[in-house]
Formats: sequence, C-alpha cells, structure tokens
Amino acid sequence: MSAPALSPRRTPSATPTAPQKRPFSLRRWFRDTGWRHLVALVLVVFAVFPLLYVLSASLNPGGSLVGSNSLFTTIDFSNYVDLFGNPSQPYGQWFVNTLVIGLTTAVLTVFMGAMAAYAFSRMRFTGRRMGLLSLMLVQMFPQFLAFVSIFLLLSSIGDVFPAIGLGTRLGMIMVYLGGALGVNTYLMYGYFSTVPVSIDEAAKIDGAGHARIFFTMILRLVAPILAVVGLLSFIATTGEYVIASVVLTDPSTQTLAVGLYQYVSQAFSNNWAIFSAGAVLAAVPVMVVFLLLQKYIVGGLTAGSVK
Amino acid sequence: MSQHETTATDVAPSRPGAPAPGPASASDRGRRPRPPRRIESGTMVALVTKIVLLGLLDAVAAFAIVVMVGLDMWLPIVATVVATGLINWIYLGRGTRLPGKYLVPGVAFLLVFQVFVVLYSGYVAFTNYGDGHNGSKDDAIAAISRAGLDRVPDSPSYPVSVVEKDGELGLLGQAPDGDVVVGTSDEPLTVVDDPTLNSLGVPTGAPGWTTLSLSDVLGRQGEVVDLTVPLSEDPGDGFLRTDDASTAYVYRSAIVYDEATDTFTDGDGVVYTDDGEGEFASADGQVLRPGWKITVGFENFERAFSDPQISGPLLRVTVWTFAFAILSVATTFALGLFLATVLNHPRMRGVKVYRVLVILPYAFPAFLSGLVWAGLMNPEFGFINQVLLGGAEVPWLTDPWLARFSVLFVNLWLGYPYMFLVCTGALQSLPGELEEAARVDGAGPWTVFRSIKLPLLLVSTAPLLIASFAFNFNNFNVIYMLTRGWPRFDDTTLDIGSTDLLITMVYKIAFGSGGARDFGLASALSILIFLLVAAVSVVAFRRTKSLEEIN
Repeated sequence: MSAPALSPRRTPSATPTAPQKRPFSLRRWFRDTGWRHLVALVLVVFAVFPLLYVLSASLNPGGSLVGSNSLFTTIDFSNYVDLFGNPSQPYGQWFVNTLVIGLTTAVLTVFMGAMAAYAFSRMRFTGRRMGLLSLMLVQMFPQFLAFVSIFLLLSSIGDVFPAIGLGTRLGMIMVYLGGALGVNTYLMYGYFSTVPVSIDEAAKIDGAGHARIFFTMILRLVAPILAVVGLLSFIATTGEYVIASVVLTDPSTQTLAVGLYQYVSQAFSNNWAIFSAGAVLAAVPVMVVFLLLQKYIVGGLTAGSVK
Repeated sequence: MSQHETTATDVAPSRPGAPAPGPASASDRGRRPRPPRRIESGTMVALVTKIVLLGLLDAVAAFAIVVMVGLDMWLPIVATVVATGLINWIYLGRGTRLPGKYLVPGVAFLLVFQVFVVLYSGYVAFTNYGDGHNGSKDDAIAAISRAGLDRVPDSPSYPVSVVEKDGELGLLGQAPDGDVVVGTSDEPLTVVDDPTLNSLGVPTGAPGWTTLSLSDVLGRQGEVVDLTVPLSEDPGDGFLRTDDASTAYVYRSAIVYDEATDTFTDGDGVVYTDDGEGEFASADGQVLRPGWKITVGFENFERAFSDPQISGPLLRVTVWTFAFAILSVATTFALGLFLATVLNHPRMRGVKVYRVLVILPYAFPAFLSGLVWAGLMNPEFGFINQVLLGGAEVPWLTDPWLARFSVLFVNLWLGYPYMFLVCTGALQSLPGELEEAARVDGAGPWTVFRSIKLPLLLVSTAPLLIASFAFNFNNFNVIYMLTRGWPRFDDTTLDIGSTDLLITMVYKIAFGSGGARDFGLASALSILIFLLVAAVSVVAFRRTKSLEEIN
C-alpha cells in the first residue's frame, strides 16, 4: 500500500509531455496525493481526538467520566473555577510549584551546563577527555533509578538543613540539578565548538579575561542552544513523576504531576471533569512553547546522537 | 540532516556583532610590551561577587558542621570540610585551576545527586533497609523498650510541667529525691540547676526552656500524652509519662533489655536474641519490631531469584519489559516512518498543517496522556466502550493481554510523533542521486525503499532507536498513569501485575501503598535494570558501528 508513496517522481515524469493543462481527474489526483491526504486525516484524528476529548470534558460542568462522553454539548467554565476554589486540591499552588521548580532548574541547568561546555571546548587540561567520557558513562545510569537513595539522602540532609530536606522545593531543585551536566553538556559542547576560537583570542588580546569572554561574548553567540537546553530541561522537569512523588512528601510543595495524579486516582470517575480542566491548563503552556520552538527542540533532541 | 547544523548557521549573522577579530588582533600584536593591567569596574564586580559567594558557602558549611557534630555525622563532616576546602582552593587560585572554576558547580551537583546516589544504591542493595529496618540497633532497642509500657505499681509521682525547646516537647519535674529534672523523648532526664518553682514547690520553668501554657497543652494534647522521657540512658530503668500534664509516673516496659547478654526478656520469661538478621527473635521464631539496618550480602539478589513470591513475577516482568521496549520502538518507528513517507511529497498541499497536528501528542505532557487514556479506556464509563463500541464492556485495562495491548497502543500514540520528526529529517537528507540511479537500473518504488532508503535511514537513526529503547525500557509514566502495572498477578502478595515494567515494579516495592517498603530489594532490582540496559546498549552500539563501517 505504501509503494506509490515512494515514487514521488513518477507522475512528474509523465506530465511534462503534455504542456497544456489537463482536465482535473479525481482518480489521478487520488493516486497522486489524494490518498496521502486520507492517511494524514486518519492520523490527525488519532492524534487530536484524545486532546479534544479532555478539552470537552473540562468544559462539561459537574461532569463525571460518563458525563464527559457527549462531546462539547455544554460549554461552561465552572470546572476551572472549582479547580482553584477547593483547598483540598490546591491546584494554584501546584501550578506555581511546577513553574518555580521547572524554571529554576532550567535556568541553573543552562548556566552550569554552559560553564562546563565552555571549559571543555575552550580549555585544554589534564583529564579533559576523561571528564567528557565519564560524563557519558554516568548517563548510563539514569538518575531516577536511584530514587530510593535520593529519598534516603534527602531525609538525612533534612536532619541538618530542614529547608532543603524531604518535601521542599529547594531539595527537589537540587536533585534535578544533579542531572544538569551529561547530555546537556554534550549538546552544548558540540555547539560551543562551532564558534570560532579566533573570537576568543581576539578578545583576549584586547585585554578581556576568561569570565568576560564567557559572559559577554560566548553566551550570546550560543544563545540558540541555551534556549534548547533550557526548554528541554523545563519540559523534562515539569513532567517528571518518579523522583517528585518520592521527594515532595508535603502536599503544599507538590508539582502538577504528583498532585494531579493523586487527585484523580482518589476518585477516578467523580474527579474527572475537574481533573480535565487541570490537565488542559497544565498542558496549554507547554504545548504552545513546544509548537512555537518545535524546530529547535527537535534539533536538540536529535543532534546529540545523529551526526 | 540534524537540526543542529542548521541552527549552527543561524548564529552566523550575529557574528559580525562580536568584536572583529582581524584588525584588533593585528593592532594589538604590534604593541610589544603588554599594556599594564587595568582593573576595570567589571573585574571589581566579579571579584566582590566571588568573595561574597565564597563567604556564603563557607558560612553555610560551617553551620552545617556545627549541626552535624550535634548529630554525630562524622563522615559527612569530613566530606563537607574536604569539599569546601577544595572549592575555596579552586576559586582563590589562578592559572591551571581555571577549568575547575567552570566545572565545579555542575560537577558538585553531579557528584552528590547522581554519582553518590548511584553508589549509595549499590550499598543499600546489600542491606535490609526498609520498613522495620530503618535505623541503628540502639534505635531499635529504644523503640522496643518504649513499646508496651506499663505503669510501675506504686511508682512515685512526679509533679511536672510541659516545656519546649527548639520545637521539641519535654517534661520538667521534681523527682522524689527533691531534684528538679528535665528531659525529652531523645534526652534522658538531667538535673536542672536553677529552676523556677511556684508556691507549691512545683517546678514551672527552667533556663533555656519555654513552659507551655494550659491552652498550648490542650492544643498539643496528643503530643503531650505520647511524650515518653527515659529516666536514664538505660531504657530498662523506665520512662516518665503524663496523662494530665501535671503529674507524671514511671512506666516500665514489660519487655526488658539486658545489655550484658544483648537479649530482651518479656513478662512471660521468653528470651529474644539477636538472630543476625537485624532483629530480635525468640527461639520459636517470634520477632520483635522494629529491627535495625544491617548488611545482608547478596541476600536481596538471592531473594529476587529464589523467593517464589518474587522470582516468578520478576521473570515475567523482565520478559514483558523487553517486549514492551522492543515493540514500542518498532511500532512507533514503523508508524512514524510511514507517516513521514506519506507526507514527504513535493506537490502535496497542507503538509505544514498536518505536521503540526500529528505531532500534538508529543507536545502534550506524558503523565497527563496516560491519565487521559485511562479515562478513555475505562471499561465501564470510558468513551471507547460507551460511545465508539456502543456500550460494550471490553476490559481494555483489566484483562492481562488487552491491557498489554492498550499500553502499547497508548505508547504508540505518545511516541510516533518523535519518530515522525526524526524520519522526516532523515528522509529529506537522503541524497536524491541514489534513488535516481536505482530507478535507471530498473528498480521499482518498493525495491528503492527496501534496498536503498530503509538501510540508509536505519544507519542514521540507529543511535536514536537505541536511545528510544533505553527510554521505553524505563517508561514509567505511561505504565503507572495508565494501568499502575495492573491487572495484578494472583500468585504473589506483592503489588505486581501484568503490565508492570521493571521500573514500576521497583517503585512499588520501595514506595508502594500496600505492604512494607523494602529499600534493599528495590535497590538490588534497580541495579539489575541498570545492568540490563547497559548490556543491551553496549551490544547495540557495537552492532551499529559495524553497520556504519559496512556502508
């Protein structure tokens, strides 16, 4: 079935012999691109339907799971109002926590990753190759596999500094920063190396120190990769569940992933409409940013491994 | 093909903004003697910032050391001292320490929250750490002694006040011998030198302690009643407790610890000895709770393979994890590639719109997708059964095999947009000459695809496919949000089910709602996961390298 799809050049080779515009033939159109539209439409329905379903459920007042099955029959924003009105499910607090944790982690990840990439790409020191290699190796053991010891470590840290122990946003951010190097450094290292060293040298001769070169010149030149890494980090952090559910034991510090999951799993059917409203609000900002910057994000995702 | 290269060229236009390298370097090279170093405002700011930050770090470290001395955490103290010293040494120096200045912040977090925690997992895997085995042996002895306290008959009464220090409650009272004593749950009674007494001679205050007012006591009644203050370091001497916040009595546990023989003896004369597994047990197998943490060697690993409660389910979960990861990669890649080929047509209209719409699932947060699909697939009320299938009760998430299918289906929904993006990029970067040459040689479209495009695509996307395998191997969110690993196996009491991946199984063993939390076993299993993923990745990368060389 996919065979014709692979011959985009067959029809062009047939048409040039007939310079005058041929009458429109539905059959030829279908064989050429029409069926492609059909396939694409089917997949668009597959892709978009669940999203429309959540949107409809979120607009259905007082709806349970059953009530959500009639799509877009009523449009009402009461679920969104309830979302913020009920202290037992502090959605506003979760939203703020997610933003605070996500943004802080993203900014610091970018900063620390850029510093490391600068050192690796611009300086020659003993252990440089080893350093790059061990960064790669460390990534083999994903951080979240160690969630048990992260829990134990934070609970002992909490004995000394309650402000960064279990159940605190700061502690959570620190854990996420443990993953700041690694893949990000690789991405940035590759990009930093595309900025010519002659720029650094010229600045050095003009009397600029390493810090000035880094902060005022290099960081500006590599801004696109900084944006990519920041976004990837933000998206990964806001959707992370395993470590967040273990570390954020205090309901007032939980993120959307932890809070919404616990809320909807308490009473799956009854909480459905309010959960949907929460899901829509949580997803819209991420989706907008993702779609606007899609080109860069995808580039970042694939650049690490595809040469 | 990679976006990376195209974004790299995006930088080019901004380069002229940077100091022009040519002329500047030429004119500077002309001046032989280097211009004297000027301290510019920027350098001053940097210096001040550096000193302030270092000072803050040192202050925090000093504070931490003071607290840790109080908690007897000697190893962390050494680590803190060494780390702080090293950081100061790096930032206060010049020359060869320069790379360190840029690497320290990231590496510090990496070492603590990635390398250390991984090594610590390795340690925990060899212990019996978990519910019932949380603390040290001394903690366990204290806890056992404290449980089952009974008032000692005819014990003297202590007139007391409830006091507080640093948020911790304590009892301030007058001992029968006239001494005024104070203590908390953690600190045995000590004599107070300079107490305040009321007209009846009852102590009401002591230096350094705040006395709780009546209303405070009522507000924290639960805490006050639970307060048990040991009389001395030896838990056998008994504890002070109060019911009314004004009079306390001596309570002693029915079960008594004997330090000389390291045994507990209860009221009936049954002796509990340390059985070497981190707990006190009697001769007939009765165990006292809690136990304490000890290293158990390879016991957790042995249990994983020999305990019938674990080994059977573990094997099934492992097989399913591999099946899930492989099938997920295969299905998402197939659909993504198919869609990419369909939309990769020079004269097709509206491709941009289609592209945006079909990648929407990828932009939707993954943890939400699982939950949304759990609603859609709900057997009783879900949209699929109620509307699409007209009220059928297909057990999408409750039948073992259907649940496995559903999980794969939802993961296909989540994952194909990524493969679509990757394949579109790879397809567009394939050189057109190859296809034309093959066509001239008489190859049909299918042959061109199978013998030319697909192999080339596989070479360029192989690393991504391996990464995708590793990702799906640990794809926690989809499974946990959609099915929680259920339907449960019926041959084990552990909360493990047909759609569980290794990672969700480990999570539930460590932090599951039902049953005891077993950190030791969970860590042992997470090390197994690591070994499996590492082995597969190494083999796969070797294979793809040989693949690249052939081409």
